[in-house]
Amino acid sequence: MAVPLLEVNDLTVRFRTDAGWMTAVDRVSLAVGEGEALGIVGESGSGKSVTALSILRLHAAPTTRMPTGKVLYGGRDLLGLPMREMRAIRGSEIAMIFQDPMSSLNPVLTIADQIGESLRLHQGLDHATARRRAVELLDLVRIPDAARRVDEYPHRLSGGMRQRVMIAIAIACRPKLLIADEPTTALDVTIQAQILDLLRDLQAELGMSVILITHDMGVIAEFARRVMVMYAGRVVETAPVGQLFHRPLHPYTDGLLAAIPKLDVDVRRLPAIPGSIPDPTAVIPGCRYSPRCPMVQAICRTEAPDLLPAGPEREARCPPRVAALEHVA
Amino acid sequence: MAEATIRYQPGLASGEALAARRRFRVLRKLLHHRSFMVGFAIVLVMVLAAVLAPLTGIDPNKMAIRFRFRPPQDAYWFGTDQFGRDLFTRTLYGAQLSLWIGLSVAVLSGVIGAAIGVLSAQFRRLDSLLMRIMDALMAAPAILLAIGLGAALGPQTHSVIIALAVAYIPRTARIVRASALVTRELEFIEAARVAGASSLRIMFRHLLPNATGPLLVQSTFVFAYAILAEAALSFLGIGPPPPAPSWGNIIAEGRSFAVQSWWIMLFPGFAISLAALGMNLLGDGLRDVLDPRLKVEG
Amino acid sequence: MYRGILMRLSQAVPVLLIFSVMVFMLMHLLPGDPAQAIAGPDASPEAVDKIREQLGLNRPLPIQLLEWFAHLAVGNFGESLVLKQTVVSAVIERLPVTLSLSFISLVITLPLGLGLGVVAAYWRNTWIDACVMVTALLGVSLPGFWVGILSVLYFSVTLGWFPPSGYVPLSEGGLWLWFSSLIQPAVVLALFQIGFLARITRSAMLDVLDQDFIRTARAKGVDEWTTVAKHAFRNTLIPVVTVLGITLSLLIGGSVVIEQVFALPGIGRLIVQGILARDYPLVQGTMLLFGFAFVVINIMVDIIYTFVDPRVRYG
Repeated sequence: MAVPLLEVNDLTVRFRTDAGWMTAVDRVSLAVGEGEALGIVGESGSGKSVTALSILRLHAAPTTRMPTGKVLYGGRDLLGLPMREMRAIRGSEIAMIFQDPMSSLNPVLTIADQIGESLRLHQGLDHATARRRAVELLDLVRIPDAARRVDEYPHRLSGGMRQRVMIAIAIACRPKLLIADEPTTALDVTIQAQILDLLRDLQAELGMSVILITHDMGVIAEFARRVMVMYAGRVVETAPVGQLFHRPLHPYTDGLLAAIPKLDVDVRRLPAIPGSIPDPTAVIPGCRYSPRCPMVQAICRTEAPDLLPAGPEREARCPPRVAALEHVA
Repeated sequence: MAEATIRYQPGLASGEALAARRRFRVLRKLLHHRSFMVGFAIVLVMVLAAVLAPLTGIDPNKMAIRFRFRPPQDAYWFGTDQFGRDLFTRTLYGAQLSLWIGLSVAVLSGVIGAAIGVLSAQFRRLDSLLMRIMDALMAAPAILLAIGLGAALGPQTHSVIIALAVAYIPRTARIVRASALVTRELEFIEAARVAGASSLRIMFRHLLPNATGPLLVQSTFVFAYAILAEAALSFLGIGPPPPAPSWGNIIAEGRSFAVQSWWIMLFPGFAISLAALGMNLLGDGLRDVLDPRLKVEG
Repeated sequence: MYRGILMRLSQAVPVLLIFSVMVFMLMHLLPGDPAQAIAGPDASPEAVDKIREQLGLNRPLPIQLLEWFAHLAVGNFGESLVLKQTVVSAVIERLPVTLSLSFISLVITLPLGLGLGVVAAYWRNTWIDACVMVTALLGVSLPGFWVGILSVLYFSVTLGWFPPSGYVPLSEGGLWLWFSSLIQPAVVLALFQIGFLARITRSAMLDVLDQDFIRTARAKGVDEWTTVAKHAFRNTLIPVVTVLGITLSLLIGGSVVIEQVFALPGIGRLIVQGILARDYPLVQGTMLLFGFAFVVINIMVDIIYTFVDPRVRYG
């Protein structure tokens, strides 16, 4: 890729819990190009949300040890930036939307106020101009009757509309990067499709990069150009989306793909991956996936595998599979 | 792909074992909670002081005019009052009185308040009536109600207990009712009714146990309020009559001599503060551990 | 909104009714015979009977109750047996004292109580939080009347800064004397309120700070001060306003005792002395006024609540 817009190098985030320190994110690296849609997929607890929050340094401070690694944006390391400069970037150059639109909007402030806040803060607009722009933004995110809606409070809006408002807030200052953390998980399936369409169109219109985090492979297939699969805090595979679905290189990805119900295949029981994700504080020798891996080999249990290159824009953390690929090619 | 299997977990079958494990967990959390343990220690010390008061061997009401107005010294740890009575002993016996009153008020208002709360939640028609009465009781500040009732019942210990209990019943009832209403909305209540459970059974088996958390927390705070209120009532002359060594009485009696003999008033005040402090810490700890948001039992 | 107020007022009527019956019964539970007290210890039984007849005390209780209600309906709250003036005028005379005391106390309580709670929540689990919470704990644990006496001993007797008791009306002494006669009792009264309010505010604020929309605000680049003052605080007010009624109840209850300690001729003192002197009409009338004032206060609190929480505004 040409110079990436955002580059994360060896990000490690640790939490203090009652049972001791746990590593939520273990040396994760990623890169997003300009205008690119990167998908991050994994189960709950895989560390994908924490990774995203760490980019903007939005983690809950007291229990997190300051993340180590680098988050490079515009030639600067965001992790080392003074807060004042960080705040200038938040909302204006890098924006984020979250999973639950019900609770992500402030119940006592109007929509106009909440959208306008970004505009007044980062673009110095006055109240009247900000309000007008807010109405425009509501139109852009396809909320009907925007001029009336803008003065309402969040509780009057449905879940889908609230998420559109969140998107409006996020794109208000035309950010270069939008991080969307499970934006459709809390919504009905039909609304999900609408929101994804909206995101895709906005991305094209505004030339924005998007990092989309989800546990839903279907969403990934529809939206992402490149995908990163995370498991237990580590990246286990990255690939362009077509190749990921067509020829995955990690047993965990196999499992995720197999669990998607397919219309044309008749199964009695949906396959599920046996076992569960490891206790975050546990230290597992060798490959973290080995306890659940159907093709586990002796070496997997003793040597922790590295992320191996497996072609252009491809990496996988499973030496046996990568080796097999080379033999085929 | 391999198929998932459900493994049988014997522990899950026994509801009682689950409840017992939960209680144990709660106990452990309490023991580790700093506020709770400090409060518990303070209350324990006070209870011991009250129970062991007779060990001093001194009669709290024995007057010795020759030794009146002695400042804290030698044998008189807290000094003597205007009648030469030993204030340390009087304060200890005062602990007996105040803790007894606090406990009685907390238990009485707790039991009656809980009954009213659960009944209101279960029987909608009773609810309007009971809650109106509770609102009426709360229309005046608690202490005012207690003053009125206390004066009406005469200056005795039990009048104070009844007066304060009545004043705090509505607040306790509200809390229990709120908890019971929430419990009622939970689905297992519907399941129980479909299975034929009577109202009585629902109230006792489900509503009440789930309300014990908030009830316990509220009762500890009522205990603290009661100690403070009883002192105020005694101070106003509406409490256990002299020569009863109620802390409020001692302060009232010592007020006239406050300038010269400051110690008369000082120690009972500390005692009241300490007792209330202990109960408040206890209540804080209980509330943190038994927080209703985190706990739903079946 | 007006319909809401009307509805709440109508709901309050049965409550007030029950309350007044309670007060009435309470008064008649009081031992002691006011007729005897008025007539004096040397009066003959006939003289006492005559007074009893005059005051209508010899009629059966339900009749007396109905008579009382009838008087109330025309605004006659009764006449004090001891003070020889109407209850209404007695209350009006003493209202400025209690109001001044409560006002100064509230002015101290609100910013300190709310502010300390916010500070403790924002810096949770640091030494700041610990200090604030210990102070709040002391506030709700120290008996007010005792602190009042100690305060008088130190500030009035030893230092001579403020008068030890009594009230100086604005008209007589001017601003400073009025203020100095009230500041001690007001501060003593405020101690409990501040502790109470701070603890509740801290708890509410902690809940709010954990909410997702606070994270959204920070994600927008909003600075910490605005996040707390605008986004968090306004939401904290919602649960805090619900305890406003209780706070005022505690304030008035506290002032009853404090007025005794500082010999302030306010309504609290009026009631206590009335109770001790078995002055039925005075206590009945004043308690009823209290109850009515309370109902009005609660309705006002409900209205304030709708301003604070937009979710309850249109129902």
